[in-house]
Amino acid sequence: MRRSLLALALLLVVALVAAGCGQDGAGSGTAAPAAQGATFPVTLDTPAGKLTLDQQPGRVVSMSPTATEMLFAIGAGKQVAAVDSNSNYPEEAPTTDLSAYEPNLEAIAGYKPDLVVYSDDPGDLAAGLAKLGIPALRQPAATTLDDTYAQLDQLGRATGHVAEASQLAATMRAEIDKIAAAKPAHQLTYYHELDKNLYTATSKTFIGQLYAQLGMKNIADAADKDGGGYPQLSAEYVVKADPDLIFLADTKCCGQSARTVAARDGWDDLTAVRTGGVVELDDDVASRWGPRVVDFLKTVAAKVEALNPAGS
Amino acid sequence: MTVTERRPGRAELPPGPHRGPARLGAAPLAIACAGLAGATLVAVLVGPVRLPPGAVLAELAGRLPGVHLRSGLTRQEAAILWELRLPRVVLGGLVGAMLAMAGAAYQGVFRNPLADPYLLGAAAGAGLGATLAIAYGPDTGSWPVDLLPMAAFAGAVAGVVAAYALGRSGGTRSATTLILSGVAVAAFLTAVQTYVQQQKAETLREVYGWILGRLTTAGWREVALVVPYALVSTVLILLHRRLLDVLAVGDDEATSLGLSASQVRLVVVGTATLATAAAVAVSGLIGFVGIIVPHTVRLVAGTSYRRLVPLSLVGGAAFLILADLVARTVAAPAELPIGVVTAFFGAPFFALVLRTSRRVL
Repeated sequence: MRRSLLALALLLVVALVAAGCGQDGAGSGTAAPAAQGATFPVTLDTPAGKLTLDQQPGRVVSMSPTATEMLFAIGAGKQVAAVDSNSNYPEEAPTTDLSAYEPNLEAIAGYKPDLVVYSDDPGDLAAGLAKLGIPALRQPAATTLDDTYAQLDQLGRATGHVAEASQLAATMRAEIDKIAAAKPAHQLTYYHELDKNLYTATSKTFIGQLYAQLGMKNIADAADKDGGGYPQLSAEYVVKADPDLIFLADTKCCGQSARTVAARDGWDDLTAVRTGGVVELDDDVASRWGPRVVDFLKTVAAKVEALNPAGS
Repeated sequence: MTVTERRPGRAELPPGPHRGPARLGAAPLAIACAGLAGATLVAVLVGPVRLPPGAVLAELAGRLPGVHLRSGLTRQEAAILWELRLPRVVLGGLVGAMLAMAGAAYQGVFRNPLADPYLLGAAAGAGLGATLAIAYGPDTGSWPVDLLPMAAFAGAVAGVVAAYALGRSGGTRSATTLILSGVAVAAFLTAVQTYVQQQKAETLREVYGWILGRLTTAGWREVALVVPYALVSTVLILLHRRLLDVLAVGDDEATSLGLSASQVRLVVVGTATLATAAAVAVSGLIGFVGIIVPHTVRLVAGTSYRRLVPLSLVGGAAFLILADLVARTVAAPAELPIGVVTAFFGAPFFALVLRTSRRVL
């Protein structure tokens, strides 16, 4: 009895979540199958067309670190047979040598998957999996938070963890709303570094939208005339813009740190360098649009709060 | 090859197959230097951040001994000028000069107009060295010198040494054998580099950024790294420029004039490789400079290496400074990859020179 009540409550949440992200269409599922809960067969809308799963998958292969994090976060970890070489989180994920950049069809098939989740198809991954009769679910990199929620929901339905998925999405929404509510009085400017050649992300990218949640202003927007979202900045421009905060998303890939930034020619006098506003991020957390975006926002919000207390 | 080397005196030199005056007069050199000075001035005055030209000139003049001028630049603007813009212009000039000079030297020793500084595996070697440093190198954040330029330098030198050793081992020492062994070495090194990149896919972005050229983050440290090699190689190649003219008549003819062709080739290739390796180490792989600048000089000023080498040196510096100016201002405050600019503007310009010049290659 209690169980069915819970299910009913969750059903309501699912419906609300689905309604909330019904706007963005592409990549997200429709509300109707979600309402059927964890029953199989289930039909999903994917960028490659409809995908029908006859029964609950028990051997999922994830070729996407973000999908891996999502699968484990929604309680589908036990159904995951293998994950690609870059899927290093959570710890219990069965990381293998499978390369997401150069997917080897035979190697993937060797894990006898009944569902493959991937984000990019550099070769003929989808076509190859189709030939082998292996169901494949493409989840491209999210461009908005709503995409992330929709992907969680879709993975929930694909693996039979609808309730956990919607619960997680609801928790994420609530936490992000809470963080965003504590916007500082004074608008801070920031520069988000992707590598030491000064490639960066503008405010229209996924990560840029997260910073915007905290009311922060991106210095790179002026440099993105073609709208790609990831321009390379001139060092002169970064120094002139003198951002309040510098976020390093190249600590693991390229060994950057507050110390190496301070040592760059002409950077030692920047506001962020002088006031301790250089933040060393975890490259992975700052590039996977899954459940850990909440952790990312918490890191950023804590820094903003330390530099510029709300209401001060 | 037991011919003892006897340097031919000036009077013994054959007329050579070159066209145009053989010796470099003051006028062409003065014109080239004026061009370089103009390019440098514009590149220092113009950038993604607008600095008042008068104040920049005053700031620069103020550093001269005995001159006391207040430029009115803020501390931040002064840092932009001295720490970011100036080292980048200087490094661009040095790299352009090295690549163009090395290209001219390579074309001379191989008697091949298509030769460029990357011909003998320098680029492939540097690429592999850089990739290995990025993929497996320790964290060098605390080192006084970055590992990457050292690895790229070592890779470039190793690539050329391997090609040279391979080219000699067959018994013949012809230029063609050397070029072919360069092709083989480059293909092999590139294969290894690609394999490492596949194994360490997370390094792709950094390797790619390095390959596209790295003047973006140039500082005085990079300038200091490249200057010693630039000086040594410039002096050595300038000293050999007359011998390149002798070599242009052919190995056998050069030998009959008392010149050891393979020995000159070894010295010049070694020196040009040092210059190329130093340039590549600090700036990544910037294409086109080493081939387009010497040919433009040939078409405009004649083909004698006594003119070609010094004019390529100056012209290469001016060309890369201007190309980098375009790279950092056209899409400002965003950057364009310098390699794209050198090819995009260099190729049509080269075609124009080719069409309008009355001389032939």
